[in-house]
Amino acid sequence: MHKFFIRSFVSSLVLLFTFTVAAIAKDVKAAFVYIGPTGDHGWTYQHDVGRKAVEAAGFKTTYVEGVPESADAERVLRQLANSGHDVIFTTSFGYMNPTNKVAKEFPNVKFEHATGYKREHPNVSTYAARFYEGRTILGTIAGTMTKSNVIGYVASFPIPEVIRGINSFTLAAQKVNPNIKTKIVWAFTWYDPGKEAEAAKALIDQGADVIAQHTDSTAIVQIAEKAGVYAFGQASDMDKFAPKAVLTSVENNWGPYYVDRVKAVANGTWNQKDTWHGIGDGMVVISDLDSQMPADLRSKVKKLQADLASGKVHSFTGPIYDQKGNLMVAEGKTADDGMLAGMMTYVKGVEGDIPK
Amino acid sequence: MIKIVKRDQPSRAIFFLTPILAIFLTLVAGGIIFYILGFKPFEALKFFFIVPIADKYGFSELLLKATPLCLIAIGLSFCFKSNNWNIGAEGQLTFGAIVSGGVALLFYEQEGFYILPVVILAGAIGGMLYASIPAILKTYFNTNEILVSLMLVYVSKLILDYLVVGPWSNPEGFNFPETRQFSDSAKLPLLFEGLRIHAGIFLALAAVVISWFVFYKTYLGFQMKVSGFSLKTAKYAGYKGKKMIILVFLISGACAGLAGVGEITGPIGQLHREISPDYGFTAIIVAFLGRLHPVGIIFASLVVAITYLGAETAQIFMQIPKYTGQVFQGMILFFLLASDYLLFFKFKFIGSKK
Repeated sequence: MHKFFIRSFVSSLVLLFTFTVAAIAKDVKAAFVYIGPTGDHGWTYQHDVGRKAVEAAGFKTTYVEGVPESADAERVLRQLANSGHDVIFTTSFGYMNPTNKVAKEFPNVKFEHATGYKREHPNVSTYAARFYEGRTILGTIAGTMTKSNVIGYVASFPIPEVIRGINSFTLAAQKVNPNIKTKIVWAFTWYDPGKEAEAAKALIDQGADVIAQHTDSTAIVQIAEKAGVYAFGQASDMDKFAPKAVLTSVENNWGPYYVDRVKAVANGTWNQKDTWHGIGDGMVVISDLDSQMPADLRSKVKKLQADLASGKVHSFTGPIYDQKGNLMVAEGKTADDGMLAGMMTYVKGVEGDIPK
Repeated sequence: MIKIVKRDQPSRAIFFLTPILAIFLTLVAGGIIFYILGFKPFEALKFFFIVPIADKYGFSELLLKATPLCLIAIGLSFCFKSNNWNIGAEGQLTFGAIVSGGVALLFYEQEGFYILPVVILAGAIGGMLYASIPAILKTYFNTNEILVSLMLVYVSKLILDYLVVGPWSNPEGFNFPETRQFSDSAKLPLLFEGLRIHAGIFLALAAVVISWFVFYKTYLGFQMKVSGFSLKTAKYAGYKGKKMIILVFLISGACAGLAGVGEITGPIGQLHREISPDYGFTAIIVAFLGRLHPVGIIFASLVVAITYLGAETAQIFMQIPKYTGQVFQGMILFFLLASDYLLFFKFKFIGSKK
């Protein structure tokens, strides 16, 4: 009798839970707008992994891939808002103005814009990841593993996001190896395997034996594999594309944030905010460390990862000097978010000028 | 038995029927592709071609999308009719947008009725300037205009990149690659409240009327036609070939530049890196599908515009990959070129009667 009671109680709980999940799933629909194809194994791919996490949590999702940042973005957004979606994630910077424009027309739909800064209406939130924390890890590895003391870096566009990454990477590399130089090649693209490969080749020709990238394709790690130099995966774990070259990857992990926000819409607790999460909140994830790295480096990296997560270590801790030797961050201080958001100067040790 | 025989003269009826045949074959092939991908073909085609334009908003979006395609294709038809292969309309669009955007930024936060005409004119001039490069190189240095105009597309995009990343970037924009928003005086007026369709459509319609008049009612149109059929004949007739080459390129460039103006002073309202989803290239398909005829181009631009809208709708409602839109555009051109065979050849049934 007792057993029966417990069993029926448990099963009714399960039933209740199933019904609640089903009810939520029926109610809230999330949409995702992608700049590239879901199969790019970089930026869009990772957002789609996040979308699948939302589906797994019991919500219906829709996505539209390859939406150009031209006049078309606005139409896609309006169509999604018009067809019963409650929350729309727009996953590229160029959707910023269309997102705010359409949000004004649909006050009951929530909009979440990645990497932007405009929140003109109460139903627009923005979110981004502190990728620079991941680059602190990559810099530490690169500075230790390089033999030529020349590290190559394929960059996309000279915007604060990318400059911040280059600086964070270089500062970490200098910390373990004061003699290193970071050479930058600007590809002026986020995704163009051909251009990225050319950039990587040019850097290898200039003596770089570790290549970092802030572009999205797998071309660079594949070139590194052929040339026998080290590289790091971008956005997703790229180890399978270049098992010898890739030492680790910095993964963009949007799933937890997406599930959280869609649930908030379902519960009616969604509010406007600006989210900037890093390793600590799990938005930035470091893939498995390659066994080619010495054991002490691996344990050092693990510790650094934990310290970045807890906030014990900050990627931008002074003293930090710019290329001309001017003090950017004083000894013992850390750069605040305002400075990070507008960072447009290289730190000492980066070669060349920021293209203007 | 069926025998293939060369026609004495290209058939005029077939000339205008093949685009319709090409569209029909594209629909059939598209249905088959949907079926293979595991979608219900008729439902998919419905979401592709009917649902997107079923309401007022959808129809206005169709016109918005068709406007730049029509405008550029009209311009290209001047070139193509006279045997000048301008493949670089995308570059002329971009450069026109750069010049007009630059002027619009000069008038930042200023009001005045004169601003918009100046901005529009600047775009046309920008497009003309950019188109004059392949034209001059062709006439005076005998270069291949296909290569020159195509390569200049990439140059124009790099210039735009440079400007929006550097000197023209929004000072309050955290260095993101975009300019400030244009002031209202520099933007094309909207035709209806709540819809994005703007006055740029009148530019396209004007281009249609003017081109029809030039093609069929003027001496220049006749010269273009003759040069299109045979350059030797044109030379023999004493036409000033060089002047005409430059003129058609300028017209074509102006149209593409105006299309760029329509995008940036219409729905976009600023300059950034991606102002056109390759309208300049897609317009080549439009020009040929419309048989280089102004009225044909209107219809062709609507047909091609719907492949863009349909691809979005089909992905939202049926999870069909959005890139099928490009497959449709490719198929239309493919079937059109293939069915052009019927212009010059016919099937002759040789029965066993005799």
